[in-house]
Amino acid sequence: MRVSKCIGVILVLMFVVSGFQPLPAVAQEAYKIGAVFSVSGRGAFLGEPEKKTAEMLAEQLNKQGGINGHPVKLIIYDDESDATKCNLAVKKLINKDKVPVIIGPTLSGTTLAIVRVAEKARIPLLSCAASYKIVTPVEKRHWIFKVTGSDRHVVSKLYRYMQSKSIKKVGIMTVSTGFGASGREELLRLAPKFGITIVADERYGPKDTDLTVQLTKIKASGAQAIVNWSVGPTQILAVKNWYDLGMKIPLFQSHGFGSKKNLVLAGPAAEGVMLALAKVNVGPLLPNSDPQKKVIMAYKEAYEKKYGEPISSFGGHAWDAFNIVVQAMKKTGPDPAKIRDCIENTKGFVGQHGIFNFSPQDHNGLSEKDLVMVVVKNGDWALLK
Amino acid sequence: MENTAQLVQYILTGITIGAIYALVGLGYNIIYNVTEVINFAQGEFVVLGGLVMVFMTNTLHLSLPVGFFLSVGIVTILGALMDKLTIQPIKNATVLTLIIITIAVSIIFKGLAMLIWGRDPYTLPAFSKAPPFTLFHAIIQPQALWVLGITTVVVILLSLFFRYTMVGKAMLACADSPEASRLMGIPVQRMVLISFVLSAAIGAVAGIVITPISLMEYDRGALLGLKGFGASILGGLGSFSGAVIAGLILGLIESLCAGYVSSGYKDAVALIVLLLVLFIKPSGFFAGKRASLKKF
Repeated sequence: MRVSKCIGVILVLMFVVSGFQPLPAVAQEAYKIGAVFSVSGRGAFLGEPEKKTAEMLAEQLNKQGGINGHPVKLIIYDDESDATKCNLAVKKLINKDKVPVIIGPTLSGTTLAIVRVAEKARIPLLSCAASYKIVTPVEKRHWIFKVTGSDRHVVSKLYRYMQSKSIKKVGIMTVSTGFGASGREELLRLAPKFGITIVADERYGPKDTDLTVQLTKIKASGAQAIVNWSVGPTQILAVKNWYDLGMKIPLFQSHGFGSKKNLVLAGPAAEGVMLALAKVNVGPLLPNSDPQKKVIMAYKEAYEKKYGEPISSFGGHAWDAFNIVVQAMKKTGPDPAKIRDCIENTKGFVGQHGIFNFSPQDHNGLSEKDLVMVVVKNGDWALLK
Repeated sequence: MENTAQLVQYILTGITIGAIYALVGLGYNIIYNVTEVINFAQGEFVVLGGLVMVFMTNTLHLSLPVGFFLSVGIVTILGALMDKLTIQPIKNATVLTLIIITIAVSIIFKGLAMLIWGRDPYTLPAFSKAPPFTLFHAIIQPQALWVLGITTVVVILLSLFFRYTMVGKAMLACADSPEASRLMGIPVQRMVLISFVLSAAIGAVAGIVITPISLMEYDRGALLGLKGFGASILGGLGSFSGAVIAGLILGLIESLCAGYVSSGYKDAVALIVLLLVLFIKPSGFFAGKRASLKKF
């Protein structure tokens, strides 16, 4: 009787123990990831897909068991596209939430406002904004990375293509905003490297209603190609006026043109316009041999199924930042310094915007090779050979 | 040959842009004439005209004339509401107070447009399907002719209205002396209402004709308003023919400056011209004896 009782007790205990065994794994401490995006305000069109992407990825990751059994706790704040609020949000993430790593912010202005906060707190930060100033000079940006391509890469890609078509004289037209000024700087600086002379350098305001004059002037300058660098309505105007003037000179646009909405707005006028884009914009067009094709298609399917809207290159930045952090945490756990070192040594990470190769000298990790030349054909993108 | 073509192209572009400034300037003048208020929401009427038309054409798929008149109608109602809800209720307000109210209204309109249409630019199909054609080796978009034609029609109708109709004359009387007009039995408040209605209608027309050329988005109003204000100052506040001539001159200056000097400085040149006028001849260059900057 006693023996059977003992066995009974042991059985119960075993049952209890085995029943509880999975629990300690579930109860493992969550890894925190902080994020700041401009979900409202002027940067909302960038920040919203970023937030949605990050949330979707965190959910997927937790369903698959998290990072080495640790669930991920994603803490997202909206900085309302405002530098002061961004500053507060980052400080809150660092001091109150005690996150070991931060992704975002969305905008160059907000990022530059908090670079020093992250540096001082020694917390690695992966910005989703574009300005090269975020990661230069790299000695003073020990803890800061960015996952977006640079104007330099886009301009080099365009110029290299022109070089292959023996185009030597180029007319540029840029919008008088930060985006346009930064593009203009690179267009002027890199031209000699590719044996290109800038024969016309035109500027215009972001709210201008007509660009015929700028185009006429470029036409008269003997340019063999036009590069337009702007976002918003003026990049559509440039295409429409170029078409109406019946110009025989090929028109190149900045990567800002890389949204299907622009093709709808410009209509048939956009036929033949060329630009350099990140592969995330043209996922379905990529050959199956492309190493990025698989990750881009997986992201596209999951995102479009969950939210019922097309993916954007901006959401792609959040995808890259989130997954670079996750692969670093898989190796190192939630230690800020180790995460930083691991990100800096990341090589060959296949993301949405390219294959990232970080190094102590390069906190961006992308290169000109991550872009593809695209032409507008029948109202859609087509790859240029 | 190449040079003439260039010059003609600059002039044509300048005239088209100028016609738009003229239309906006006219809107300022009508309200100013009756109330001495400068309505800073004038640019927003232009934006709303364009965006409502986008809704009529692209969402409801209405035909051009139906959409045109419905859009003008809706913006006109907004103009009337603006007067009824924000200008009329303030009794004994100074002109400056009323001007500040119009700035507030412009911010409200802009916010509403952003809520409804978002931040993306929109376009409309051109009024006629004809392809661009050449004139003296320069290329003209048919829509530019629509802009010029409609501006001309609006100017003629306005002149006839103020010269030959009782209401028009009564409105001008209000401008001269609201007190005397009231004593003569002119309902001044109704005249003010009509002036807002007319301005809103003209703004809407301007917005509808330029959207196929220049696209339209929620925050276009401020700059269009500024340029139109420039036209009405340069032409002498209150003078209709002055606003039209000055609008065309501003457009030409901008276009020629962009063509021959530098496109980066064209907005600056337009503003410098405006400042010079304010320093040298604040009553404007084309105003008659009657019109002058009354309150400023």
